[in-house]
Amino acid sequence: MLSRTADNLYWIARYMERAETIARLLEVGARISLLPSTQGYKTEWDSLLKASGNSGGYVAKYGPPNQHNIESYLFFDRDNSNSVASCLTLARENARIVRTALTTQVWDALNTAFQELKLLEAQPRATLELSRLTDWVMKHTAMVRGAIDATLLRNDGYNFLNIGYYLERGDSTARLMDVKYYVLLPRAGYVGTGQDNDQWSMLLRALSANRAFHWAYGGEITPAKIAHFLILNPQCPRSIWTCVAGMNNHMARLATLYGRDTEAQVATTALLAELQDQSTDQIFEEGLHEFLSRYIRQVANLGVVIHNSYLSGDMH
Amino acid sequence: MTTYFNEMFQDGNVRSPYARLEGWTRDMPADLRLAKQAEAEALFRRIGITFAVYGEGGDPDRLIPFDMFPRVFTANEWAKLERGIKQRARALNAFLVDVYGRGEIVRAGRIPAGLVYQNAAYERAVAGFVPPKGVYSHIVGIDIVRTGPTDFYVLEDNCRTPSGVSYMLESREMMMRMFPDLFRENRIEPVDNYHEILRRTLASVAPAKCDRDPTIVILTPGQFNSAYYEHSFLADLMGVELVEGQDLFVDGEYVYMRTTEGPKRVDVIYRRIDDAYIDPLCFRADSMLGIPGLMDVYRSGGVSICSAPGAGVADDKAVYTYVPEMIRFYLGEEPILNNVPTWKCAGADDLGYVLSNLGELVVKEVHGSGGYGMLVGPKSTKLQIEQFRALILANPGNYIAQPTLALSTTPTFVDQGIAPRHVDLRPYCLVGERIELVPGGLTRVALTEGSLVVNSSQGGGVKDTWVLAE
Repeated sequence: MLSRTADNLYWIARYMERAETIARLLEVGARISLLPSTQGYKTEWDSLLKASGNSGGYVAKYGPPNQHNIESYLFFDRDNSNSVASCLTLARENARIVRTALTTQVWDALNTAFQELKLLEAQPRATLELSRLTDWVMKHTAMVRGAIDATLLRNDGYNFLNIGYYLERGDSTARLMDVKYYVLLPRAGYVGTGQDNDQWSMLLRALSANRAFHWAYGGEITPAKIAHFLILNPQCPRSIWTCVAGMNNHMARLATLYGRDTEAQVATTALLAELQDQSTDQIFEEGLHEFLSRYIRQVANLGVVIHNSYLSGDMH
Repeated sequence: MTTYFNEMFQDGNVRSPYARLEGWTRDMPADLRLAKQAEAEALFRRIGITFAVYGEGGDPDRLIPFDMFPRVFTANEWAKLERGIKQRARALNAFLVDVYGRGEIVRAGRIPAGLVYQNAAYERAVAGFVPPKGVYSHIVGIDIVRTGPTDFYVLEDNCRTPSGVSYMLESREMMMRMFPDLFRENRIEPVDNYHEILRRTLASVAPAKCDRDPTIVILTPGQFNSAYYEHSFLADLMGVELVEGQDLFVDGEYVYMRTTEGPKRVDVIYRRIDDAYIDPLCFRADSMLGIPGLMDVYRSGGVSICSAPGAGVADDKAVYTYVPEMIRFYLGEEPILNNVPTWKCAGADDLGYVLSNLGELVVKEVHGSGGYGMLVGPKSTKLQIEQFRALILANPGNYIAQPTLALSTTPTFVDQGIAPRHVDLRPYCLVGERIELVPGGLTRVALTEGSLVVNSSQGGGVKDTWVLAE
């Protein structure tokens, strides 16, 4: 496959996953605004903005956070390269370039999302419920994902799409946790208070893992269980372990297909081995924030190595 | 008052190829028609068949208007067109081999040397080189208009990279999807094997050094080109890579593409970019699109380029006037399809005639295309005519003139119902080891009442084109 094509496929996946992450953040925000909180909900919007990875751009444009502006910025704003609108447009733009590497169904799903986005943009904002917007994004990202799984050949392009999905997803799980890492730290005075529980379930909700968590663990919610679920549990579809294992799996398939190993594959296998040796105790010992920051750096580095190994067109 | 040949109605009667369509339209309620039209538009948009117009800005995802009323030819009519088109494609290729070789037609005094050798499209870089199978133009798009029951004229030849074939294929898909009954009632020749013939044609001109099943690619200028959809559509149908210049490089005797598995050799390049942009070492040094060294590989038989560099000299509008002469010279036959009588403003007599008859003539730039830079005398204001007169006087050699042809009309769906609109036809003749033509082509229709300009860049639309089986 052309290196440029692989690059486009990888970015289609990253942008679609990013759009979904932003939509999920907005959903959490909408839920918080319905809670009878007297204080603190402003800081929640603030942390959502941080988790979206572009709070600097927001402050420069709008100043202090407020719900309406944050919604516009994260959903519609084309100045924000991470907004839902930007991500869906870029995903479709990448798809347009590689039409030949996609099935009609996958293109159709991507293009329909883009066409409907244009209709949404043409409507007055006041008529658009936030929950309707986030549902709409979830529906379309799921349709694209479904079309990929149901119709695409299991060839190298399929592997590059999945590598993009897993890399972006693992990164967003780590970022979301890092924004809220302090609520998971064991602090004697707060344990068992209502506020902590709200914070924890918000984190799970932001990862669409609220109910799943209870199925997987049962009993009391504790920070250690949450950290285990989101970092090390192979059952959780968004855990860091799942994402690294997913990348590793698809790179192994590429190695079989191409009959050669790459620097990217070696790096991913090493990262997975490292995670397999970890326990939540060790993570808390290192410091949750330190662990997550380190992982985010490793993923960024992996992105560079993937580019060099497969997407640049030069051989490594 | 000019009378126009209506392809469906003649003297109040329905002509035979359209017989079954009369009932179809009579029985179709207006609301069904509107619903179908909306369905077609939604489908085209979903598939992503859009069309960008150079220099106009606006919506980059503009749709090309699609008219649901088909245009129909009988088997007999088509048989004559087919013979004429193939004859022309053969002569044009013979001409190209000749003028890059010994130049017999020039030596014989049948075409002026200056017109060929000083032509901007004449590529000195390929003089003396004969491409595989002696084919320069592998896809010849010949624009044809009709003026009467048996009167067809060739308006121009496109020997480089004629576009529009995706509209021919998609219009047919659309009609079969929306009106399957029509295809049961009428026996319509299929066009959907075009891509297989195209692939076979390209494979048949693999370069001398290729000793295996040739790897074919389509070379596109990129996603911002107005025909990008078509490039990716054809690549997809043929199952070949769609590459940009940056994906290809020359190493030693061959051309390679950059893939995730490493370099892969390329044997045949169906290029959809102009000569000037394919190799900055040979042509334009400022081109970002080209592949440095490509022409060296080409000339040493390491890769085939379709159409071959230099093919453009055969479709120049001034060279066009000599195509009937080429047919007689190379094939020893009489032309089956006529040229439109043409006055060359370069000559003093012709110039005088053109300037005194501007109001009745169509004047075109020799190198123009896409319906730009032309004057349609009868449809122009006095001011427009005077402005054009000044342009011609400033550079007479740049213009040719033709009578305003009474382009045939076919029924077309318009806001008020059904009305006659002017049409032309572009069939796509494929030339490789064999010369082949799918039964059909692209019918372009001028949607504006009375307009004779069918170019999509000027508000023209497309129709499905039917050739009935015997």
